[in-house]
Amino acid sequence: MSHMDLLIWARGTGLQLALGVFVAGMVLRFFEIYSLGRKPDLSTPRPGKAWAGWKTIVSRSFPHPSMAKRTYPTVVLGYIFHIGFFVALLFFAPHIRLFRETAGFGWPALPTPLVDAMALAAIIGLLMTLGYRLYHPVKRFLSNFDDYLAWTLTLLPLLTGYMAFHHLLLPYTLMLAVHILSVELLLVFLPFTKLVHVGTIFVSRWYNGDMLGHKGARL
Amino acid sequence: MHDEPTLAAHLRRQGISRRSFLKFCAATASLMGMSPSMAAEMAEKLGKVTRPSVIWLSFQECTGCTESLTRSHSPSLESLLFDFISLDYHHTLQAASGEAAEHAREAAMKANFGNYLVLVDGSIPLGEGGAYSTIAGRTNLDLLQETAKGAAAIISIGTCAAYGGIPYADPNPTGAVPVSAIIKDKPIINVPGCPPIPLAITGVVAHYLMFGGLPELDGLGRPKSIYGETIHDRCYRRPFYDQGKFAKTFDDEGARAGWCLFELGCKGPTTYNACATTKWNGGTSFPIESGHGCLGCSEPNFWDAGSFYKALSAPISPLGKAAAAAAAAGAAAGVAITFHNRSAKAKAKAAHQTVTVKDLEK
Ligand code: SF4
Repeated sequence: MSHMDLLIWARGTGLQLALGVFVAGMVLRFFEIYSLGRKPDLSTPRPGKAWAGWKTIVSRSFPHPSMAKRTYPTVVLGYIFHIGFFVALLFFAPHIRLFRETAGFGWPALPTPLVDAMALAAIIGLLMTLGYRLYHPVKRFLSNFDDYLAWTLTLLPLLTGYMAFHHLLLPYTLMLAVHILSVELLLVFLPFTKLVHVGTIFVSRWYNGDMLGHKGARL
Repeated sequence: MHDEPTLAAHLRRQGISRRSFLKFCAATASLMGMSPSMAAEMAEKLGKVTRPSVIWLSFQECTGCTESLTRSHSPSLESLLFDFISLDYHHTLQAASGEAAEHAREAAMKANFGNYLVLVDGSIPLGEGGAYSTIAGRTNLDLLQETAKGAAAIISIGTCAAYGGIPYADPNPTGAVPVSAIIKDKPIINVPGCPPIPLAITGVVAHYLMFGGLPELDGLGRPKSIYGETIHDRCYRRPFYDQGKFAKTFDDEGARAGWCLFELGCKGPTTYNACATTKWNGGTSFPIESGHGCLGCSEPNFWDAGSFYKALSAPISPLGKAAAAAAAAGAAAGVAITFHNRSAKAKAKAAHQTVTVKDLEK
């Protein structure tokens, strides 16, 4: 199989398969979560907390003041990684082209050098989160295979994309194929690992906030 | 042929000055990755070469490769070099036809057994016992195998001979294969391109004539010196790519300003060839220079790599149906899992035994 054959497979059959597993997996997970249901809460809701769910969606994006100091590295690194990742994913011109061709719509790209810098920041941020995870005894204790798998699956597309763009290590054709394959790997595993938070995070935040609000907790 | 003329004598007779010949040698030397100082030595060596015997086999092809070589605006040195070699067999160019042509091939094979060069353009169909393409009543496979036996080396000219090319494209109705799929015991040099750059064809031949051996080849059997870099590596629009300035249509502001053609489907980043430096039509330009993206014609399976106008980052096959089917499958599995979970829950509830104070006191 030549590099070109691999690239053709990745852009064709590979992508169809990966997207298939991703979509089926996500739908399955949503069914699974929602169909579990909740016991009806018969207590009287506390007054003035109707917006608790919506408020929590936003408020949980910032560390609680009492925790800020202790979670400082997690929050900062988390932000660096997430922003860098989204910029690279959504504002790199060739990626937008992909959305335009599949979804039929697109949006303006950011200048490539900026995207490049953000992608690098995301990679460094991700490497540092791993370092911090290993350094911090509690984090290390709480980490399991799923965490390291999720970390690896996330790093690969960023790293290979960066190397493909800069023509590093492997011939471009092969690196581009590896990059696309790494994204496909991410798509395949996403619904079945902690990475499913991509689709569930705001729903679960709303739920938590709403339940706490119902009980009258301070948010 | 006893008093075989040398190449130098042949060119002199055609009115080619030594200066032009040196220039040609310099261009060839640079394309073949030799140092510029080699040009004079090359001219010297090549000048002394006597007519080598060459058998050109044309199989499933369009003659574009031959056209690339012979149809230059004015007779180029490339085509003159070709005039010089003893093309003992070539459908398009030889005067003989019918049985006489086949005899010419057989005679050349016999006279130069073990020393002649075989140039092939076109792929070889294996389907239906090879019936899709026959010459003088014989299949391409048969002819290739027979002719290859006494060859010193085989040069696969064009993407069809090198990698299967257009006949090989999905669904490959004729069961086409490249030369390398059939001949395993001879050195093969691939000179892909649809068609290849004329200088690449003559460059490989010149290299062979000078050194009697093959140039250094890459993993796909191509001379590294010609196919060592991508079009993108040497593209003059590259700064625009790096800045993220892309033409969106063929006649927008960006296109007029000469911005990068990536979004219009340019395959330059994945195409290894020398078009951006050697250029076409006597060095006039190359496709990207005239405003069209690279098709990637010198790469294996370029015909199956999606539309020429689809960006490299876009999927090749449509995704809608796959996604819809997957969503349906996911929903069905979701419903099944819901029932399973519900019944597990109900069973657990039914099996639940209430513990009373009495039980605890027992
Ligand atoms: S036009 Fe094609 S080869 Fe040139 S820089 Fe753009 S993508 Fe690369």
